[in-house]
Amino acid sequence: MIEARGLSKRFQDKKRGEIRAVDNVSFTCQPGKIYGLLGANGAGKTTTLRMLATILEPTDGTAIVCGHDVIEQPEKVRANVGFLSTATALYPRLTAQELVEYFGRLNGLDEATLKKRVDSIFNRLDMNGFRDRRCDKLSTGMKQKTSIARTLVHDPPVMIFDEPTNGLDVMTARTITAFIHECRNNGKTVIFSTHIMSEVEKLCDTIGIIQSGKLLSEGTLAQLRDQHHEQDLEDIFVKVVAPHYAPAEVN
Amino acid sequence: MSARNIGIVYRKELTEALRDRRTLITMFVLPLIIFPLLSVGFGAMIAVLIGKAKEESPKVMVIGGEDSPNVLAGLKKVPKIQIVPLESNWKEQVVNKQIPVVVEIPEGFERNLANQKEQTVLIHDYEGELKSETAKNKVEKYFNEYRDSVVKDRLAARSLPVSILKPFAIKPHNVASPEKSGGALFFGGFIAYVVVFLCLNGGMHPAMDLTAGEKERGTMETILSSPISRSHLVLTTALTTAALSVISMGISFAIANSLNTKPIQAGEADTTLHIGVGAALSVFIMAVPLAVLFSSVLITISTFAKSYKEAQSYIMPLIFIVIIPAIAAMLPGVELTPKLALVPILNVSLLCKELVIGTYHWNYIAIIFASTCVYAAAALFLAIKMFQRESVLFRS
Repeated sequence: MIEARGLSKRFQDKKRGEIRAVDNVSFTCQPGKIYGLLGANGAGKTTTLRMLATILEPTDGTAIVCGHDVIEQPEKVRANVGFLSTATALYPRLTAQELVEYFGRLNGLDEATLKKRVDSIFNRLDMNGFRDRRCDKLSTGMKQKTSIARTLVHDPPVMIFDEPTNGLDVMTARTITAFIHECRNNGKTVIFSTHIMSEVEKLCDTIGIIQSGKLLSEGTLAQLRDQHHEQDLEDIFVKVVAPHYAPAEVN
Repeated sequence: MSARNIGIVYRKELTEALRDRRTLITMFVLPLIIFPLLSVGFGAMIAVLIGKAKEESPKVMVIGGEDSPNVLAGLKKVPKIQIVPLESNWKEQVVNKQIPVVVEIPEGFERNLANQKEQTVLIHDYEGELKSETAKNKVEKYFNEYRDSVVKDRLAARSLPVSILKPFAIKPHNVASPEKSGGALFFGGFIAYVVVFLCLNGGMHPAMDLTAGEKERGTMETILSSPISRSHLVLTTALTTAALSVISMGISFAIANSLNTKPIQAGEADTTLHIGVGAALSVFIMAVPLAVLFSSVLITISTFAKSYKEAQSYIMPLIFIVIIPAIAAMLPGVELTPKLALVPILNVSLLCKELVIGTYHWNYIAIIFASTCVYAAAALFLAIKMFQRESVLFRS
């Protein structure tokens, strides 16, 4: 379970002064459900998810992840979270297996559990063919699988995906969306960000539309259709975002 | 939990570093080339050049002396000089280093000697030029001996003993053991310089790779999302980097030792100097806090950089800042004082210089080890602070 309470992040920029990347955002993600954060580039999606994963510290407000406060107990939060984004790369000089084991150990798994876990993940994701290959020699698809294995190795109850399909071809993107589905079916709390409407329509139980750091609208797809009197999600999105939209530069 | 995490990250970073070609080159190959080249190669080259200058028979032109056949005949008999006919542009030839020296014997030299008249033999040379100096010394020695024999004859003619001109003799006597004097002193300074350089060199690449390199490759965000705390992460990185510099130095010492380095200053030609096990070990121990100091500074700087290349351009000037005190310690006359014992890098260099030749000033060893540890701790603290700043980690 994730509970964001008035989450805010301000940056100082030399040219533009204070920037409110995330401005008083509150929402709740339930176990067994997928929460989709929908927004244009620079809307504040990445910053929000980074705060949930304790990579950035909120300037105001906080979030509770699996009962742990992101400010008070960041290490406990991280132990309960699997974080995947297109920016989270793999160590090029480690093999796929070494990499997954490394993160398993960092998450406190003992050697016996680690071995069982790694074997089962590698079997399930069909990764045994490149187990001992160095990460810099893997194809994009193999890399994505290794990244998934990395986030899964400690079996975290919460999964955070930051634009996970960004820049991937259809086949690789499908591996990811299938994986997100599976996480939900296994009762995990899932939050993911994207700007692709079809992904949201297909995957999300709850949708939050974010722009200029503010959460502008929230609900199931049916609720959003009712509220905004539009059928198509893209039309809904444009209707919600347009009054607040300024081409963003922040990422 | 935290000690376990440090161990896990340490193992992984070491594995990664040892699989990196660039690390391997800077750590292993560079010292492998530099050490023989600098110590043996350079030393041997100097020895060869000096030897060659001594072996060669320099050409000497003589002005005058036609009326002094005895002096001239004696000069011709001096071993390893070659009297050549005088040419009118002799001065030009000396300046152009075509001929090392020209001797000018005053007119009526032998006649004037007999009449006990004062006179001067001129040796035209090129001051500071190796071959000219050697030739000048040979010619000067001959004339000194000739003068002594004249004095002896004169004294004998008046039945006076030689001791009237030389009432006593002066002779220096070296009481320092041979391994602590002469060329050894220079050798010690040189080793100290190499230690400082290799200490920095060994940590340079890993420090940049594990910070700026990780940012560039996108693995920084991956590791930040794992349970390890940032202070533990940077602590481990500093440890890895320091370990790599110490390993790199150990390799260099092993190489230096196996080479049985010849002294660079060709003092006593036959003494071979090499670092004993005790000296190598003590230098090694002194280098550990220095390695931590360097690693922390390197990490602080390269954490700030966005990419490996940017880190490199920041670290270049650092090399000079570090090398200057190391060179200063090599200079003759720069010795340990209580004040210098507190100057980072310089203090370790000066101490290493003493350690290499086997002198142990325990009070200085204590002060310098402690002060370097303090500097290292301060630098480590700075590195941790730097690593915890979001604006630095996510600089874009």
